[in-house]
Amino acid sequence: MSDNKIKITINGTETLCNREDTILKAAKRAGVHIPTLCNDERLEPYGGCRLCIVEVKGVARPLTACTTPVAENMEVVTESDTIRKMRAHVIELLLSNHPNDCMRCEKTGDCALQNLSYEYGVDGSRYEGEKWDLPIREDNPFITYEPNKCILCGRCTRICNEVVMAGTIELTGRGFNSMPDTAFRKPRTLENCEFCGQCVSTCPTGALTDRKGRGKGRSYEMKKVKTTCSYCGTGCNFYLNVKDNKVVKVTSAYEAPVNQGNLCIKGRYGYDFIHHPDRIKTPLIRKGDKFVEASWDEALELVADKFNELIKKYGREKVGGFSSSRCTNEENYLLSKWVRCAIGSNNVDNCARV
Amino acid sequence: MSDATNVKDLLIRVCVGTGGLAAGSQEVIDEFGRQLGDRGIEAEIVKKCVNKTGCRGFCAKDVLVDIIIGGKSETYQLISTDKVGRIVEEHILKGEPVKEWLVGPEYHSFHDRQTKILLKQCGHIDPEDIQAYLAIGGYEGAKKALSGKPAAVIDEIKSSGLRGRGGAGFPTGLKWEICSKAEGHPKYIICNADEGDPGAFMDRSVIEGNPHSVIEGMIIAGYAIGASYGYVYIRAEYPLAIHRLKIAISDARSRGFLGKNISGSGFDFDIRIKEGAGAFICGEETALIASIEGKRGMPRAKPPFPAHKGLWGKPTVINNVETLANLPAIITNGGKWYASIGTEKSKGTKVFALTGRIKNTGLIEVPMGISLKEIIYDIGGGCEKNRKFKAVQTGGPSGGCIPASHIDMPVDYESLMGVGSMMGSGGMVVMDETTCMVDMSKFFLSFTQSESCGKCVPCRVGTKRMLEILTRITEGKGKEGDIELLLELGTNIKATSLCGLGMSAPNPVLSTVRFFREEYEAHIREGICPASVCKALRRYVVNVEMCKMCGKCFKACPSGAITWEKKKPASIDKGKCIKCGACYEACPFSAIT
Repeated sequence: MSDNKIKITINGTETLCNREDTILKAAKRAGVHIPTLCNDERLEPYGGCRLCIVEVKGVARPLTACTTPVAENMEVVTESDTIRKMRAHVIELLLSNHPNDCMRCEKTGDCALQNLSYEYGVDGSRYEGEKWDLPIREDNPFITYEPNKCILCGRCTRICNEVVMAGTIELTGRGFNSMPDTAFRKPRTLENCEFCGQCVSTCPTGALTDRKGRGKGRSYEMKKVKTTCSYCGTGCNFYLNVKDNKVVKVTSAYEAPVNQGNLCIKGRYGYDFIHHPDRIKTPLIRKGDKFVEASWDEALELVADKFNELIKKYGREKVGGFSSSRCTNEENYLLSKWVRCAIGSNNVDNCARV
Repeated sequence: MSDATNVKDLLIRVCVGTGGLAAGSQEVIDEFGRQLGDRGIEAEIVKKCVNKTGCRGFCAKDVLVDIIIGGKSETYQLISTDKVGRIVEEHILKGEPVKEWLVGPEYHSFHDRQTKILLKQCGHIDPEDIQAYLAIGGYEGAKKALSGKPAAVIDEIKSSGLRGRGGAGFPTGLKWEICSKAEGHPKYIICNADEGDPGAFMDRSVIEGNPHSVIEGMIIAGYAIGASYGYVYIRAEYPLAIHRLKIAISDARSRGFLGKNISGSGFDFDIRIKEGAGAFICGEETALIASIEGKRGMPRAKPPFPAHKGLWGKPTVINNVETLANLPAIITNGGKWYASIGTEKSKGTKVFALTGRIKNTGLIEVPMGISLKEIIYDIGGGCEKNRKFKAVQTGGPSGGCIPASHIDMPVDYESLMGVGSMMGSGGMVVMDETTCMVDMSKFFLSFTQSESCGKCVPCRVGTKRMLEILTRITEGKGKEGDIELLLELGTNIKATSLCGLGMSAPNPVLSTVRFFREEYEAHIREGICPASVCKALRRYVVNVEMCKMCGKCFKACPSGAITWEKKKPASIDKGKCIKCGACYEACPFSAIT
């Protein structure tokens, strides 16, 4: 056994895990499911939703798996009658202050709270008390905020502060009236928000949704096409959500090695050009004062002819290639190869260097 | 008129603790100044004579004034500006104390049954004068500690058996030892002065009355754990305490007790004040740390404990004001001395803020293990108007309610936990027969609910649901099953909440259901509030035998619910009655019940 590995027991089965793991990570590695609402692997453990509680031998109180580090020979039970009852109670409390309007909710089918309510067979009907009745906030073009659906898992505020470091939103208020909001409840504008939509991407319920995609289809109706963002050379991946041959919205690809689901405003919301009527779909060749649509063969032929003319007139070394940082590494490589082999020049550069 | 010698020997001490100031002690000081000045005594002498002191605990009888002439001291109680003239005339000038205003036997019984270590100097020395503290052996404890090894200081505290006075009662020496061995540099010591329990003012009074004892305690603790920097996290609602602490820190610095190379020991230590913004939750240590770091005051899960990863991620010890203020005396007199006071597991003394329906409200310091009975009857003088003692809430809003049947129990950490309450920071709210236990639980729960940080679900939503159930019970809308639902909620909230606030918030409800279930049932099943507190459940009736037919109730009633004619007893129409209680207040013969 290497130094970094320790042995723990989960539900009676021995398993090896990393010394620095939390119980939640170790369980995931061992293929054991523990429910959680406030956990997002990109964020620091929080321990707010209390759903990942597990029993640990020798400890009187249940512990949250997301925050508790593993220890040598720890014995963990992730499912028991007591634990299930406590979890059900927490879900019940959450649903007691929730609109429970799943039928028309944007998030239906992709909602962690809905799934847990189903899994644990509970609703919030035992409690008759106050429910939030706050208006939907659409004070900006990108993000719709329905505070009534917020469960205060803190994922939006944490991703804004820990990952994006924009500090747009934070939990405000106290007690039952705590809620995530901007400073002084001001509308989101470019002054206080980057509109990266990271908060939307991590929200487990319908509290934060992409405004542009609202009402355009359920999550399960979408064909999800994984692609690489074309805006810059970072190479972030995401899923284009396609319904009826139209890109309806963009969702995160958490498994992407480059960006782990994180995106900026361009990647997440800059897809309008795809179906825009003004989009240029064919090459254009200037004839007189006008641009005239042309085929790729026609266009490439023209470009090749012009290059040959220039090389003949001025020599190969007078020609260079300058590629865009919006290109992928492969595209940049191809350009450099083409300039060096086909043109025969070493004048190659990229705009990112300027 | 008395001669000049007499005047020079005259010392007037006026309590200017928060209780005293609220009762008008500043006006009394001013009046003494004016009266003495009017009688030809020079103003500068007056200024020297009137000495400000911190709280001496007996707030029920404020303003308290000591007149000391030639070393002979007399104490007056309930002094207001209009009484000053006669005291000056008869006592100061003629040497004849005004007997009817002197403190009575309850003043002595209030103090005689106490054992004062922490509060010993509060009310006797000027908290704004470091010289006064040095004169009573101040900073000797720190010097003694610094002359030995840090490990020796830890051992001394361990042998004293001192446990954290902030509530949980964790052994102080052990906490220090863990932190001193933890890896990381620098280390920090934090004084938790974010006293937030309703009715509690122990820490406030210690800082206001003897701020140097806290600073000295922090130097000792800092040296023991290897911290060269300390924070005092104090609520901004304590302006007087902050003011005096600032003076004390600055004086300690200029005397070389803070700063580089303290008393030539080679140990550097300094203190900074961080004012809290009024959130109860910031008394919880991890929330307090977040607040100092400039984040929202929210607790985080432990482990890691602050002793390993605290302020700015470095090993940190957080001690309560009272814990720290105990240290100078322990170091000076030795751990064994301290351990000789109290019980086997709870050593030393504890300060309590005695409030509620009790005659002698105020601040008391008693040895651990004293019985509740001694506190309530011998020191507190029993309930107001000699009403029947019903219960006492210890441990603040998160504590539990202890019924009169347990009055003989000793007050120590384990015994209090055993009856479902806790030591807490030392609030003690006394209730008599006119207190409704459901209403009382509702009060404490509304406090914890509005102070919940909102981070975890059971505390944020669970306490809200409990509060709603309690509210409907007190409004006469309680249902069968409500008590069971309260118990279920309470048990689950305790088990699944993240921090101490949530874990203990249901305690007032759980303990009152345990000891006073019949009161809950009376509200729900019979629609009666046995203590006649819950407005919706009050029923006013005229006791015909007691009624003197004066008609005052008839005139007071705003809703025309009372019928009355001359020489005929009044009667109340239940349909029209809005239960405002105006008739009850108006009746001079207690004929309306």
